[in-house]
Amino acid sequence: MGAPLISVRNLHKWYSSVHALKGVSLNVFPGEVCGLVGDNGAGKSTLIKILSGVHQPDRGEIRISDRPVKITSPKAAMKLGIETIYQDNSVVPTMSIARNMFLGREPLHFAIAGLGLIDHQRMRDEAMQAIADVDLRVRSPDALLSELSGGQRQGVAIARAMHFKSRVLILDEPTNHLSVKETTKVLAFVRSLPAQRVTGILISHNLHHVFESCDRIVAMARGEIVFDKPIGETNVDEVSEAL
Amino acid sequence: MRKLFRIYLEKPELAGIALLVLLTVIFELRSDGIFLSAENLRGMLGLLPEVGLVSIGVTVLMICGEFDLSVGSMFALMPVSVALMTDRGIPFIPAMLLGLTIAAAVGLVNGFITLTFNIPSFITTLGMLFIVRSLTVVVTGGFPPLLSGDLPIGIFTQYVGPGGMIRASFIWFVVVAVVAGAMLGGSNFGNWIRATGGLLDAAAAMGVPVWRVKMTCFVMCSVLAGFGGTIQVFRLGAPLPSIGDGLELQAVAAAVIGGTALTGGVGTVLGAVVGALLIRVIDNGLVLSQVDANWFKCAVGGLTIFAVVANSWLRWTARRIKVEG
Repeated sequence: MGAPLISVRNLHKWYSSVHALKGVSLNVFPGEVCGLVGDNGAGKSTLIKILSGVHQPDRGEIRISDRPVKITSPKAAMKLGIETIYQDNSVVPTMSIARNMFLGREPLHFAIAGLGLIDHQRMRDEAMQAIADVDLRVRSPDALLSELSGGQRQGVAIARAMHFKSRVLILDEPTNHLSVKETTKVLAFVRSLPAQRVTGILISHNLHHVFESCDRIVAMARGEIVFDKPIGETNVDEVSEAL
Repeated sequence: MRKLFRIYLEKPELAGIALLVLLTVIFELRSDGIFLSAENLRGMLGLLPEVGLVSIGVTVLMICGEFDLSVGSMFALMPVSVALMTDRGIPFIPAMLLGLTIAAAVGLVNGFITLTFNIPSFITTLGMLFIVRSLTVVVTGGFPPLLSGDLPIGIFTQYVGPGGMIRASFIWFVVVAVVAGAMLGGSNFGNWIRATGGLLDAAAAMGVPVWRVKMTCFVMCSVLAGFGGTIQVFRLGAPLPSIGDGLELQAVAAAVIGGTALTGGVGTVLGAVVGALLIRVIDNGLVLSQVDANWFKCAVGGLTIFAVVANSWLRWTARRIKVEG
């Protein structure tokens, strides 16, 4: 398997008096899709929020390609090549596809201290290209996200993550609120990540989805990892048991 | 039909513009052509910048998801401070800069309290409405200070342009509107403002500095309110501590009439200008049509409710017929 791409060592996180992560250690290897399952409050959201820079751990170490890193902000995570797609709040419904796609990373004509005028033409062209790259069809880059279906919105978020050439794509319950057809499409996309040289972490409460699209399954309960096996060596019943 | 709804969703200020055209035609007919006469336009455009500046600030702040009810009080505090300072011998430009700094400080406090304690800005700025108004009265001791006659206030008030059609304040207003419009529509910072008001968590997750975005909008709003008030006082020549009373709601009305969503994320600077202009047009048009001027507030109130109902209905319908198909 080689060296892990992401290596988390003894991670602790407290929310005031709640011990949300109790010494979590996890290796994610390059080119695999790792499924993370667990009940509400098991700590999986906390873990991925730390990896995507939204929260900071209280104790523990994160290594990426064997280099210790501090992921102090979402920006820092993106710089490290970690993109995250959240279940239903990864895009802004009141904004256009193009504006969403480049939110926080707008192509500028010029910039003074990080602020400048957006190159709208380039933004729209690249947005359409990125959308086409993930086999999604939309009317125009100016269409508002609120005009799109849940699956199309998730498609825009996925297109964004792929466009910025992420090394690691974290998907947090990406199939919530999606129709069966759209769910199938998203899962097929997750399965195709290794072929695109992207390492994936799929958070889901649906074991069947994980078995369908992941190489490995990691289960969390009460802030700890309680189960960690390759998909081929386990089955749904065994994981359910562990939870 | 679908196409119309689509255009509407992308440009919510268009409904306001349509209404503006309609009212202009009605008033022009009702006033026997006086409404669009040079003399009347001159008067109307002379008043527009004052409330227009406030509306722009309030609109931008509403787009990023916050409110400022203290703008009406700020509208009085800055000019009164400037008048007091110049009265005590501080030169004009430093006094103006200090006045703007005071306005910025009030905006900072509004933002800081709202964001630090995570309370609705509606409450923070409602409190600030009383505090700032009270301060204004206290510093004047109840008597309006004198506005010295030798101040270079002509840079705001004098008539310029062909035939002296417009006041200098109108040019200041246009410059502010163009800069604010470019910032909101064309800059990456404007993109962050929309995203922050549209869906805070999504913006934060994409690395948008939402705290700084909101603080900047609070400060901008307060500064524009102070500036608008100062222009009005220079035009009237009397720094009354009571000016701007009730203006905060007129500014919110202008924003809403211009298509700004109360929930944040949606709106334009052009919409704010159209909204402010509509209010001025109604004010002026009612008088010219020889309607009792006391109907003015009734008309603005009715229009505000109508605008919100119409906007939410249009948005709902647009979504229902699934313009994306």
